[in-house]
Amino acid sequence: MSYVLTSYILRELSMKILKIVALILLVAFIAIQFFPIELNQSDTVPKTDFLLVNNVPESIQKKLEVSCYDCHSNNTHYPWYSKIQPTAWFLEDHIKEGKAELNFNEWNDYSDRRKNSKLKSIINQIKDEEMPLESYTYIHGNAIFSADEKKEMIQFMEQLRNSL
Amino acid sequence: MKKVRVTTTILAMAFMSLTAMSCKDGKTDDAAMPMSNEMYVESTTENADEMAMNTNQSSNAKQVIADYMILKEALIATDKDAAAKAGNQMVITLKGFEYGTYTAEEQKELKDIITDAVEHAEHIGKSEMDHQREHFKTLSKDMLDMVAITGADGKMYKMSCPMYDGGSAWLSMEKEVKNPYYGSKMMSCGKMEKEIN
Repeated sequence: MSYVLTSYILRELSMKILKIVALILLVAFIAIQFFPIELNQSDTVPKTDFLLVNNVPESIQKKLEVSCYDCHSNNTHYPWYSKIQPTAWFLEDHIKEGKAELNFNEWNDYSDRRKNSKLKSIINQIKDEEMPLESYTYIHGNAIFSADEKKEMIQFMEQLRNSL
Repeated sequence: MKKVRVTTTILAMAFMSLTAMSCKDGKTDDAAMPMSNEMYVESTTENADEMAMNTNQSSNAKQVIADYMILKEALIATDKDAAAKAGNQMVITLKGFEYGTYTAEEQKELKDIITDAVEHAEHIGKSEMDHQREHFKTLSKDMLDMVAITGADGKMYKMSCPMYDGGSAWLSMEKEVKNPYYGSKMMSCGKMEKEIN
């Protein structure tokens, strides 16, 4: 008898706790939406932009814009869900890190030495398929490099590196 | 009963958004973090100042090279963790570099070299062995260029390995070849190219 009673109370209690937890989570989810997001957006493309200072074929240009510019320039094309927390924070961190590492908009501000280093990293990252990040291509399917695109991009970047 | 629940929810939400706002203030505290890092760098700069007063002007470069040699040894031993540690130490030393005693033109060149070197050292601090070696190659080029300006405190050698990435150089204190690009796999691959004074 007492066993049945205990298990009944326990069940009731755990249901209650579950409800409270769910409520807290919901409230927390709503609350974090009030955090301001710093959007990485800009109307102007500086004169130092990679695509402006280099003679870039159209196919390469398109690929760079689709696969790289969201995190490696001053202007991100945000999908709707990226404005919902906590996704926005996750993206903010990635973009911040990406731009610190390489900002195509500021290409011509880099010295030849640093351009060389950046190009070397670009080539290696694409070769080893470390970029674009998997978490990015998971959603942006068209950001993935096909074998041909990979070859073309590496060839272009190597040529640019040799011309420095 | 339902009314009570709705009121509680509204109250909770109001409470949470208030907390959210106060958290925002908390966030500015976080932003102070890099500043404390800067302070740390500054303090090492001060140390470097003292060192510069006590010894000659290239003591800065000497410390950078000393860190580089520790990194090189770690790569020879194919020890990823030791290399990462040495890379991080090098970042601190490089950031504390004192340019004061050099001419304007040399300063410009040195700043360029060191900005580049810092990035490579940072990557070595957080990468796998093969990436560490990739960055070590460019870092070695930076160090060679740095030494060309600052001079080397004592004898050093420019070594080279023809096999790694179409030919790669490194700096060493000794003539004997110990290859940092391959470690035990090809320890004696390479040659002494020239002496640097």
